[in-house]
Amino acid sequence: MKQSITLGKVTKFMGLGFLSTLKDLFTGKLGKEDFKNFLRKAVVPLASILLFIGLWHAGAKALYNREANFKIEKALTDQGETAAEAMRACIASGDVSCKPNTLPSPGQVWDSYKSLLRDHNIISADKAAFIQKTAALNAKRIAAGKAAITYTGRPSFIDQIIMSLKTVFAGFLLALVIAIPLGIFIGLSPTLKSAFNWFIQIFKPVSPVVWYLLVFMIVKTILIDSNDDSSFIISFISVGLCSMWATLVNTAMGVSSVDKDYINVAKVLKLGPFQKVFKVILPSSLPLIFTGLKITLSVAWMVLIAIELLAQSPGLGLFVWEEFQNGANDSNSKIIVAMFVIGIIGFLLDRIMLTIQNAVSFDKNEGI
Amino acid sequence: MSSIIKETSRATHNGVFPSNEVMLDLKQLKKVYPTPKGDYVVLEDLNLQIRKEEFVTIIGHSGCGKTTMLSMIAGLNEISGGHISVLGKHIKGPGPDRGVIFQAPSLMPWMTSLQNVLLGVNQVFPDATKAQRNDIAKYYLQKVGLEDAFNKKASDLSQGMQQRVGIARAFAIKPKVLLLDEPFGMLDSLTRGELQDTLIEIWNKEKITAVMITHDVDEAIFLADRVVMMTSGPKAKIGDILDINFERPRTRKAVLENDNYYEYRKHLIDFLEH
Repeated sequence: MKQSITLGKVTKFMGLGFLSTLKDLFTGKLGKEDFKNFLRKAVVPLASILLFIGLWHAGAKALYNREANFKIEKALTDQGETAAEAMRACIASGDVSCKPNTLPSPGQVWDSYKSLLRDHNIISADKAAFIQKTAALNAKRIAAGKAAITYTGRPSFIDQIIMSLKTVFAGFLLALVIAIPLGIFIGLSPTLKSAFNWFIQIFKPVSPVVWYLLVFMIVKTILIDSNDDSSFIISFISVGLCSMWATLVNTAMGVSSVDKDYINVAKVLKLGPFQKVFKVILPSSLPLIFTGLKITLSVAWMVLIAIELLAQSPGLGLFVWEEFQNGANDSNSKIIVAMFVIGIIGFLLDRIMLTIQNAVSFDKNEGI
Repeated sequence: MSSIIKETSRATHNGVFPSNEVMLDLKQLKKVYPTPKGDYVVLEDLNLQIRKEEFVTIIGHSGCGKTTMLSMIAGLNEISGGHISVLGKHIKGPGPDRGVIFQAPSLMPWMTSLQNVLLGVNQVFPDATKAQRNDIAKYYLQKVGLEDAFNKKASDLSQGMQQRVGIARAFAIKPKVLLLDEPFGMLDSLTRGELQDTLIEIWNKEKITAVMITHDVDEAIFLADRVVMMTSGPKAKIGDILDINFERPRTRKAVLENDNYYEYRKHLIDFLEH
């Protein structure tokens, strides 16, 4: 019974159903019946995005004018008519020295996005050139038993995104490895449940900052004799510990609330404990486990920014913080670019989880 | 006519069968649920013997303790007093010698129908080869008319088809006793009729001692060798037993055309209305 895989099925499976509606629009396959559906699924979201950009643009303009007027007024009262005129001319010319520093407009953000990409291209070209240049030397150094020379230039925006993703995945895997087995044991045994309950209730609400400090205290001492940079280790462990609670609680709940009918079937068939867990209890609690994992991943991505910032671990969080400290004329718009990148990656991570869930779990979700 | 029935039923009710004929024996069975207001006695002094290769249906009002009794036989519910034995051996907990078909199909929705049946088969025939176990599971799925749905996910099957898988799963583990807890209660009457036919067809072949709870008087008569009537709780026990003397294999048409059918029916309804 082979089923053909169509774009519609794939996108629906991944919770991206609006894509196939868009495709139907361009291929002209849309019937009258689907028109309403099309309006709801494609036109309305597009309209809301346009409305959002419009409001943003208007708001940014108003803020810009407010700051510009204030600067001109100030020049007028402090230094007189000519200074005010000079200030007005300076602002109109868009000079960096007097440009109002406020919420950037959508256009500015788009420009910053392009400049970040350009910057990335320059840096990667530089890096490639460096590697090529040092290749022969490095080969010699390695042959002589010395460490290779590595590129130590500034990471580009894309490099930082990749580093953030690495931290989040390491943290997420840590959370998964701790929380799922622990959750299963807690769910299976009421004794363990009462043993761990206080522990969960107390540690669950602890803030990411405190987790970071706690991990820092411990890891710093453990790695005291190592010269390596421990900031990556500290940040991924903190991310894992912050985000694992949702998975732990959901796994325990899923395991302890398996349908009584399934348990009865397992009893009547006299399944052994191993089979009971792997054939009955785990599959039936998969939907709840995945709900937990999805929350864990989104929490991990959310706390990552704060933790990278504290740990000075390279990544998007550090990028945002450095841009804020930097205060260059396009810093604000770079921060907004980072904000969108963070948001979009968060959304994609959620869709990836949904896709995995639909592939392995018996209940099907379309996502919100 | 009615008096004849009563005499035969009284005879069976009082009679004790020779022990080599008895498959399932319930003696002085008692079930007590402790409540804050003191003990609630569901079943008391319940005696019932079921012979080998017999099909017994149990009928009684809702809440009288039929399901409690059946789940005690299955070993899923603790026995408060008395004992239950299968072939003279007291039961301790559940086991695959007593197959159960639950009211809800209770299939694992993440498995295919074949995997669901194999779950039991693998457990009962651990020494068989994989191919042999597959053959057993497929044989029973064919018997219940699901030869085209081996690899369909249980969650994609209709209620009626799911219960067919439930029947296949129960027969495939070759139990000594088959326990059915209103297996067709959730189905529409058309599907129910089809499943009764499927059940009785496969039972005619396998002749596994069967105990089935039902609310449906016609179903009780059509399927059973004896219909056991339970009194209303609390302290429910066996009220009466009716022998159904129809030839097997039965057809629905022949049963309906038999004069005794209406006598049996009247007897059961009279019991339930008092």
